[in-house]
Amino acid sequence: MDLKLKSLTKSIWVFHAACSPCNNCDIEILDLLTPRYDVERFGIVLVGSVRHADCLLVTGIPNYKTAERIKKLYTQAPKPCLVVAVGSCACGRVMFRESYNSPCNLDEIIPVDVYIPGCPPKPEAMIAGIVKLINQVARGK
Amino acid sequence: MQVLRIIFNYLVFPGFLFSAFIGLMTAWLDRKITARVQWRKGPPWYQNFVDILKLFSKEIILPTQAKFSFFLSPFLGLSAVTIVATLLGKLLLNAQESFLGDLIVVIYLLAIPAISLILGASSSKNPLASVGASREIKLLLGYELPFILAILVVIIKSNSIKLNEIINNQISFGSYIFSFSGIIAFLIAFLSTQAKLGFVPFDVSEAEQEIMAGVLIEYSGLLLAIFKLMRAILFYIMPILLILLFMGKDLSLGFLILKYLLLVILIILLKNTNPRLRIEQVLKFFWGPLSFLGIIAIILALLGL
Repeated sequence: MDLKLKSLTKSIWVFHAACSPCNNCDIEILDLLTPRYDVERFGIVLVGSVRHADCLLVTGIPNYKTAERIKKLYTQAPKPCLVVAVGSCACGRVMFRESYNSPCNLDEIIPVDVYIPGCPPKPEAMIAGIVKLINQVARGK
Repeated sequence: MQVLRIIFNYLVFPGFLFSAFIGLMTAWLDRKITARVQWRKGPPWYQNFVDILKLFSKEIILPTQAKFSFFLSPFLGLSAVTIVATLLGKLLLNAQESFLGDLIVVIYLLAIPAISLILGASSSKNPLASVGASREIKLLLGYELPFILAILVVIIKSNSIKLNEIINNQISFGSYIFSFSGIIAFLIAFLSTQAKLGFVPFDVSEAEQEIMAGVLIEYSGLLLAIFKLMRAILFYIMPILLILLFMGKDLSLGFLILKYLLLVILIILLKNTNPRLRIEQVLKFFWGPLSFLGIIAIILALLGL
């Protein structure tokens, strides 16, 4: 395997982009990062600046305001940058599909690599999603 | 031959590669112990190397308004700490490798990492980075005074500004840490080290929760990796400097490693058991009680205690 890809899969720095969520997914993400599930043992760390990020964790439905923000965030992140949609809202807008304030799906704004459905998804489900993402990257995408 | 040896010294053995390796291992120790304190498992030993390797392969983003110093300042900081690492490493290998005033050179070079952070942050034109830079300036002004007072105690006790004479003096008269003025000076230097390394409780300039990554916010890819390496090498040379200045009696390899690990673990535990101070609290702490203690230590040292 390529050394670059190998190092990328072993150390994914995550930026948490809250795109108007209801905060349930965010709480589960915190659960994932804190001692109980401790993903730092796989090299996954939460970073404060999008310039350091390798991966955007997006929660919630994009509405008219956050849609342009999330696009801007994606362009600000250094490439290669992966995008993970966490929760049913980010995957397909579920009940907000007909909503007056939500223009489009997340994957119509930025390319999404992994979808993790659930309302909210369990930390185990997120770890499974990240493993799929890592396998995808390792295969060379 | 001589030139080749000097290049080898600076780039490989006591210099860049060796100190980067030890520094990254120390940084791993920091992450592992932090994880154990928080009842987690922690990352594997090669984690920091993988991080650096990954950052090397990432895209470098230069902000459109950034000045040239944005690109240059990480290299400035890294070269300064590399020179200090080489000086101290050569001194440990061979006590004759010392020149008049090398302590002063080391003190000056140790101020450059902070200056490079300030330069880089303020040339990135990011508001959060400029907040971080202003805090870093205040921090630098804060800890430098007690740090120099503590080193003055060593200079008074050994009557020299040459590092090898300081060590020889300690070998014949015992480590300075076992005298009244020495232990006070060591405490001051230890707390200043904590601030120099940018660790909690003095990590106001980087404060992840309030100003994101502060001074490092606009850095990505290779430049961020170089700043990380600079921090790692600084984490290796600061305890070594403290050992040379205050516990220089027995510098055989086993004792050196033992003292080094002791100091590093003390720093990490202090980091893990304290909340972050506000910037004015930091300044008050360094300029108030700590500088006062430093002056007391100097008076004690002049009295010969």
